[in-house]
Amino acid sequence: MNALINWLDDRTGFKKLLHEALYENIPGGARWRYVWGSTLVFTFSIQVITGLFLWTAYSPSTTTAWESVYYIQNHMQYGWLVRGLHHFSAQAMTVLLALHLMQVVIDGAYKAPREINFWLGLILMQIVLGLGLTGYLLPWDQKGYYATRVSTEIMGATPVVGSQLQQLAQGGPEYGHHTLTRFFAMHAGILPGTLIAFLVLHIAVFRRHGITVPDPDRAPAATFWPDQVLKDAVACLAVLVTVLTLTIWKGAELAAPADPSEAYSAARPEWYFLFLFQFLRFAWVEKLGIPFGAIYVPGALMAILAALPIIGRWRAGHVLNVLFMMVMMLGIAGLTGLALYNDANDPDFQASVKQAHLEAIRVEELAKRPAGIPLEGAVSLLRNDPKTQGPRLFARNCAPCHRYDGHDSTGHDVVKIVQKEEHGPKERLVEKPTATDLGNFGSPEWIKSVITDFKGTFAALENVKDKEGNVAESSKHFLEGEMASWSTSHANHWRSDPKNEQALADLVAFLYSQSKPLGKSGSSDEALKRGRQIFETGKLPVGKFETNCIDCHSLQPVGEDKLLGEVGAGPTLTNYGGERWLREFLSNAGHEKYYGSNNAMPAFGGRLLDQELDLLVRWMVGDYE
Amino acid sequence: MSQAHLELHEHPGEPRRGFITHVLAAGIGLLVGTVPAFAGLAFFLDPIMRKKKSGGGDGFLKMPVTLEALEINGQPQLVKIIMDRVDAWNTYLNQPVGSVYLRRTDKDKVVAFNSSCPHLGCMVDYKAADRIYFCPCHTSAFGEDGTKQNDIPPRGLDTLDVDIRNGTEVWVKFQNFRATTPDKIPVG
Repeated sequence: MNALINWLDDRTGFKKLLHEALYENIPGGARWRYVWGSTLVFTFSIQVITGLFLWTAYSPSTTTAWESVYYIQNHMQYGWLVRGLHHFSAQAMTVLLALHLMQVVIDGAYKAPREINFWLGLILMQIVLGLGLTGYLLPWDQKGYYATRVSTEIMGATPVVGSQLQQLAQGGPEYGHHTLTRFFAMHAGILPGTLIAFLVLHIAVFRRHGITVPDPDRAPAATFWPDQVLKDAVACLAVLVTVLTLTIWKGAELAAPADPSEAYSAARPEWYFLFLFQFLRFAWVEKLGIPFGAIYVPGALMAILAALPIIGRWRAGHVLNVLFMMVMMLGIAGLTGLALYNDANDPDFQASVKQAHLEAIRVEELAKRPAGIPLEGAVSLLRNDPKTQGPRLFARNCAPCHRYDGHDSTGHDVVKIVQKEEHGPKERLVEKPTATDLGNFGSPEWIKSVITDFKGTFAALENVKDKEGNVAESSKHFLEGEMASWSTSHANHWRSDPKNEQALADLVAFLYSQSKPLGKSGSSDEALKRGRQIFETGKLPVGKFETNCIDCHSLQPVGEDKLLGEVGAGPTLTNYGGERWLREFLSNAGHEKYYGSNNAMPAFGGRLLDQELDLLVRWMVGDYE
Repeated sequence: MSQAHLELHEHPGEPRRGFITHVLAAGIGLLVGTVPAFAGLAFFLDPIMRKKKSGGGDGFLKMPVTLEALEINGQPQLVKIIMDRVDAWNTYLNQPVGSVYLRRTDKDKVVAFNSSCPHLGCMVDYKAADRIYFCPCHTSAFGEDGTKQNDIPPRGLDTLDVDIRNGTEVWVKFQNFRATTPDKIPVG
């Protein structure tokens, strides 16, 4: 063994190298404050290892990036672990970077003769931030897509060469396959390669000058191995445990696949860029223009950082530097805190985050079906999904008047943001609905409520006002019309006898069964038969209707040719609340089969594409997997 | 320079603490380094740990040629195998996944060869003039009955199970086999 080691040493001189690496002198003994650099090297090693393995399964193109990440995360063994380690170590690296920088500044380790090393460190910091930025896009999910769009638009705002820079980064004027191949080449090749080169220089120069010791007489001197190595290893273990805990507890997020045609109102940059995001949102910064907030100010901060070794030469320079460092860090922490606070107190943002989360779950659910993911990418799964598109279409087209369980069906309140003066405070006013809440539309409860409490069901119409502030004529037609009076005058029928209550349930069951493709809704055939009799004859166990349903409404029962009643006074109830009824009604509610001249609802037939109408209707009747 | 400190470190007063420090430093250092490496390695081994899903059914596919269309002892007919193919997250419907040579040897007997060369997996050509199957990669040659004609391939062409159904339909059980082995071993 010894002979072999000597043979190898003769030819490589590794013993001396190893000795130099391990037995570096540390005056004053090993200390916890020296661990930050080592933890950074450690997290970078995690990134290289996990990154290379992720590379074996990642596929950079707009139709396969999200899909391959989804596959890594959900189908490959330990994919969640490797991706989680990579995801959270990246964030740990940013935190450790800030700690390392602060420790260097506080201990004055940037001062002569270590200026060059400090500058090398600043370059390394830029590379690490660049790695974070490029990595954020690679999963090609909504979150990464929109956050990165902002970054490249900022790039485009660079004076003179902005447009060229942006096109170089994007691989063209718009995002596409080449945006991903370029970002991937940067993220997995160019940036880490550069980082390794600078890291070698950084460590070599560090070893040349030795560690910066604030008080060498604190304790007897020690060597790097094993005293400092032990402290470094324990610190690395703490980092690893933190990263593992986050991986197991939270897991690396994967939002819904990027869709340039869908707004993503939960868009935020990665948390360590939130301070910049918040800074850019201040009205006064906005006024000064994007280059000021996003390029000049951060550029100036970096320039001051780079100047610390020069400032440090003056007598008061070091104190000034430490002060600058503290103010900057406090500023960043303060802005980050403010951004988080604002978001936590913004119900609209919170609703968006919830919606984004539900969509992420939904697309996984769809992707896990046996048919897999179509070749045009997972984004088409959501684009053709009634459960996803229905609420979006409702929010855009119906929610201006209607509500869905009190909100716009995507979980957002319907609000008006009022800003009385320019740059003044914004006020958020929740709008009153001017048409009925459709959260339970077509359900037995809904049908029962229309029969027994017509005015109450449609009470939101009272919010439609004319110029004088009175209830609008169109609403009065509805709220004081024949059905409203019928509902009021027959209210006592239902309460007068328990048998009549059962009769009401039968009538409701019959009408509800009409919305189902086969007329089957879970009620017994007898109940449906009894309900139909009441609908046709108006005869109740105790008493009878003064006016029968079919005196105003027509209905062609499921599977029959004959129409009960005639098309005329009231809306037709054929397939009421079902796909066909809804499709026709939404297309043109003013048709004589429906509200006729009483109608105040826009005809959506010409406004929505057939496919959109189809998705909306299928969502409303629950026709989706 | 370090020599002096080494001596200083190995102070006779605290050999025990020194030993523990060495062990802990090495142990924890090794631990933090191997966790990400092992996680990555386990991830990388996914393909060999993955259980293959069975296709369902008896595995026989109906060929697009009928028994009558094949001449007895005539020229072999090359037929593409069309199947659904699952590739990671995508499912491709009705994709060509391979090809077979069909040759009728008797009134109601058809022989099917997988067109992959058992030598190193290239696709073999049928040379009508010489009445042999010939591999363009390393010049493996096989007779019309699939037996090897030189020492390059380890075995003859791989025959596939054939079933004649309803008198005229030709059904083949398509399978791929490992190359290079003298024995016929199914892939996957």
